[in-house]
Amino acid sequence: MIYFDNAATSWPKPPQVKEAMVRFMDEVGANPGRSGHALSVEAARIFYEARESLSSLFHAKDPSRIVFTLNATESINLALKGFLRPGDHVITSSMEHNSVMRPLRDLEKRGTELSVIPCSEEGTLDPQEVEKKIGSNTRMIVLNHATNVTGTLLPVREVGLIARKHDLLFLVDAAQTAGAYPIDMERDGIDLLAFTGHKSLYGPQGTGGLVIGVRVKEKEMVPLKQGGTGSRSEFEEQPDFLPDRFESGTPNSVGIAGLLAGIRFIVEKGIEKIRKHEMDLIEKLIGGLKEFPQVRIYGPETGLGRVATLSFNVAPLSPAEVAFRLEREFGILCRPGLQCAPAAHRTIGTFPEGTVRFSLGYLNSKEQVDRALQGVSRLARE
Amino acid sequence: MSQGVILFPSIHFVLQAEKIVKGKGFLIDLIPVPRQLSSDCGVCMLIEWEQKDKLYALLEGEGVKIERAYPLPQKEKTSSGE
Repeated sequence: MIYFDNAATSWPKPPQVKEAMVRFMDEVGANPGRSGHALSVEAARIFYEARESLSSLFHAKDPSRIVFTLNATESINLALKGFLRPGDHVITSSMEHNSVMRPLRDLEKRGTELSVIPCSEEGTLDPQEVEKKIGSNTRMIVLNHATNVTGTLLPVREVGLIARKHDLLFLVDAAQTAGAYPIDMERDGIDLLAFTGHKSLYGPQGTGGLVIGVRVKEKEMVPLKQGGTGSRSEFEEQPDFLPDRFESGTPNSVGIAGLLAGIRFIVEKGIEKIRKHEMDLIEKLIGGLKEFPQVRIYGPETGLGRVATLSFNVAPLSPAEVAFRLEREFGILCRPGLQCAPAAHRTIGTFPEGTVRFSLGYLNSKEQVDRALQGVSRLARE
Repeated sequence: MSQGVILFPSIHFVLQAEKIVKGKGFLIDLIPVPRQLSSDCGVCMLIEWEQKDKLYALLEGEGVKIERAYPLPQKEKTSSGE
């Protein structure tokens, strides 16, 4: 079996991820920071270490400003709904996933003004178009770092500079890049970084977070929920300090134990090495697919300006049929359709049928790419 | 020698403080917050009271958020270790 659906969730995970989770269940198990006993402290230590590793990975300045959530979607909802009020204006791109689009459309119904900047057919964004839309009531710019449809990288650093210049909040959806592409919140001008743990950070599902930059006034961000934090228990009001302000209720401790092992795996390998391997694979894949006249590739056709996610179609077959046959006849698991990003497909001209998406990861091999190319070749030549 | 405790807003800062002071010659331990000081359910740092100022300087210098420090009554001394 060949797993090419890493943009949905990475699989397999490095073995140390499962081992850390089993160790947590066998030897720790307690509720972090909720009691004074050794196991509760040990559980809290896992969270502390995970915050520190993530802070260093993203060049964030203060680990206490990392809030754990279930996934990037929850993090994005927290940042958008925490800050945006009726009358505020927010700018985004036409390549966003529904994790950004749906909360924005909901906010729009409640009176927040929304501008969606059209991207090119390759999924690229002109930062000047973003700047042109900035008005007196603009509060935030939100952008995905790399799209989950074509793998195109968006000009985060350039837009970050624009956000700083106009003193706007800049929220980046790093679901497709955290762990696979270098992120430097300071250099890239990112104020709020939403990440997921179960993709390129190789953690389990149900882990994610929001990094709240040092410029952000967190007291202006309204929590999505309130509840027990293990701190200030004598008060019935939510604590106002980080990370507790946004972390109520028992967290996914076993998941964070796995995520910490995933992050350590990445740090040990090095993001540059991971990226090189992934780009070698994707360039080989693109090179092979370009041999078939029936195949149309969407997005950048080199390793520059992209991550290891590729959308294509095989004429005259539908994406669903290609994906089904690749699985049944060649054991290749991929994702056809709209990949939860209708706006992105409208932008690249593939709405409503969508595309076939191959999303590769560090644990895929050149042999797997060769076998996938053989499969596509068979379908293309029919 | 008399002992005391440093209280932090949350467990994150307790663990940050522990990491910073470890291996620097301070005699500290993490213990449940004494009931008479706070009804909080978390942990705090048990210290040698005479090292309080040095610890404060070190921790505040590293940006650790500290809540308060209290001397402990001599008779309620808790055993400590690093």
